[in-house]
Amino acid sequence: MLYAIFCYDNEAVTCAWSKEKDAEVMSKLGAVQDKLLAEKRLGPVARLMPTTAATTVRKGKEPIIMDGPFAETKEQLLGFYIVDCADLDQAIATAKDLAAASGSAGAFELRPLQIFRPGGL
Amino acid sequence: MTDLAWIDAALAASRPQVVGALVRYFRDLDAAEEAFQNASLKALETWRANGPPRDAAAWLIFVGRNSGIDAVRRQKKSTEIEDIPVEPDIVDRLETADYRDDILRLLFICCHPELPPAQQLAVALRIVSGLTVPQIARAFLVGEDAMEQRITRAKQRIARAEVPFEAPDANERASRLAVVMASIYLVFNEGYSTSSEQAARSELCPEAIRLGRMLLRMYPDEPELMGLLALMLLNHARADARFDTAGEIILLDAQDRSQWDGDAIAEGLVLLDKAMRHRSPGTYQVQAAIAALHARAATPADTDWAQIDLLYATLERLHPSPIVTLNRAVAVSKSKGPAEALAMIEALPLDHYFHFHGLRGALLEQLGRVADANACFKRAIALARSPAEAAHIRQHLDALQKSSS
Repeated sequence: MLYAIFCYDNEAVTCAWSKEKDAEVMSKLGAVQDKLLAEKRLGPVARLMPTTAATTVRKGKEPIIMDGPFAETKEQLLGFYIVDCADLDQAIATAKDLAAASGSAGAFELRPLQIFRPGGL
Repeated sequence: MTDLAWIDAALAASRPQVVGALVRYFRDLDAAEEAFQNASLKALETWRANGPPRDAAAWLIFVGRNSGIDAVRRQKKSTEIEDIPVEPDIVDRLETADYRDDILRLLFICCHPELPPAQQLAVALRIVSGLTVPQIARAFLVGEDAMEQRITRAKQRIARAEVPFEAPDANERASRLAVVMASIYLVFNEGYSTSSEQAARSELCPEAIRLGRMLLRMYPDEPELMGLLALMLLNHARADARFDTAGEIILLDAQDRSQWDGDAIAEGLVLLDKAMRHRSPGTYQVQAAIAALHARAATPADTDWAQIDLLYATLERLHPSPIVTLNRAVAVSKSKGPAEALAMIEALPLDHYFHFHGLRGALLEQLGRVADANACFKRAIALARSPAEAAHIRQHLDALQKSSS
């Protein structure tokens, strides 16, 4: 079963990391990704720009364009992984590995995929 | 990350919101700062033992407010405590727009137009950013005692300035935002105009960017705020390429563009894109658009100087200033030639300004007026504010000498 692992944290904290700190966290997360890749369990991975870069299109007869993220939350969606997991236990174990590597606060949301098209990028 | 590092990061990120709320309760910067310190100490104990609270800022405001009230009680030992506006539904109100006004008010208090700029920056970095006095002193190249005094004087002035504590109306909010943006850009420029030896100052640029992001999160549809953040990101993206190993400044044309920070440039361009959709140009957006044209050019020869000339013309209309015209003349010299550029700047009242004589000398040099160019370069060297500036002009003089000998 494919899972999306969504990464949430307070971007006021993560955006304030020094370059060195950021590189350190990314390299630790990279090690977990490498392991998943070796196990042929890793799909697309994305890190998102801060929510200040976001634009929201609210659907309607005449769609409304709004600056900023879809929802104002205390923790923001910072990125996601698509990972192949045998079951929920393995998905939770993978999220725990990522949590241990990132070492910061925040949360992961595990959402099983209903449709997956890897696209052509 | 260790527990302590995580707690530190959370405290730093919550600081403007928490101190902003505490200032609203206590109507006093010192009391708010002290309450924040007390809450931070409690957080170190409690969070380490129990893990992070769901909402760090709400926790700190609640604990800080109680500790502040206790302090006042100890001092006054009476029912005067009722004088302090206590809002029992504090945690519920965290979701509301009040907190935006708290942070903006705190920034505005620190950036109050009655304060001289040097005091504004110092007190904002102390209170809003939480930099220590030694850190700020290093950044401004003054002694710690002098900086301590500067901050104390600023706080005294603030106490007298009587900033209204009611929620601001739309006009007042817009004018506060403009004042605060100007101060954030000042912080950025203090850091940006540093030379590489003054490493402590390099903290100022990321701090200004952090404050800009925070404001834009609060006011997501302000195009000038997007422009300001884009401008800072695009300029700061060149930080690693701006100095050589000897600490001399490397001019834009000579920089190794592979050292520019691609992530920062991409974010800056996105923000500028978002800002332009509003069709409400302002000086930060136009300056960001100019920085974007430099950032987009793969080599100096690819720079769209004609477009930069047009943008500077827009900037001249929005914000007429001889410095803007001087900058425009650089673009004109590249797109139309040195004679047109020279004609533009001849009458500018910038005789005391290093860059004026530097540019005038370079234009005269291009026109083959060697003796005039020589005189300009010598005048520029006399006005240089750093060895790097002087060294740069000396290279021109040496080149002139070689070509004429």
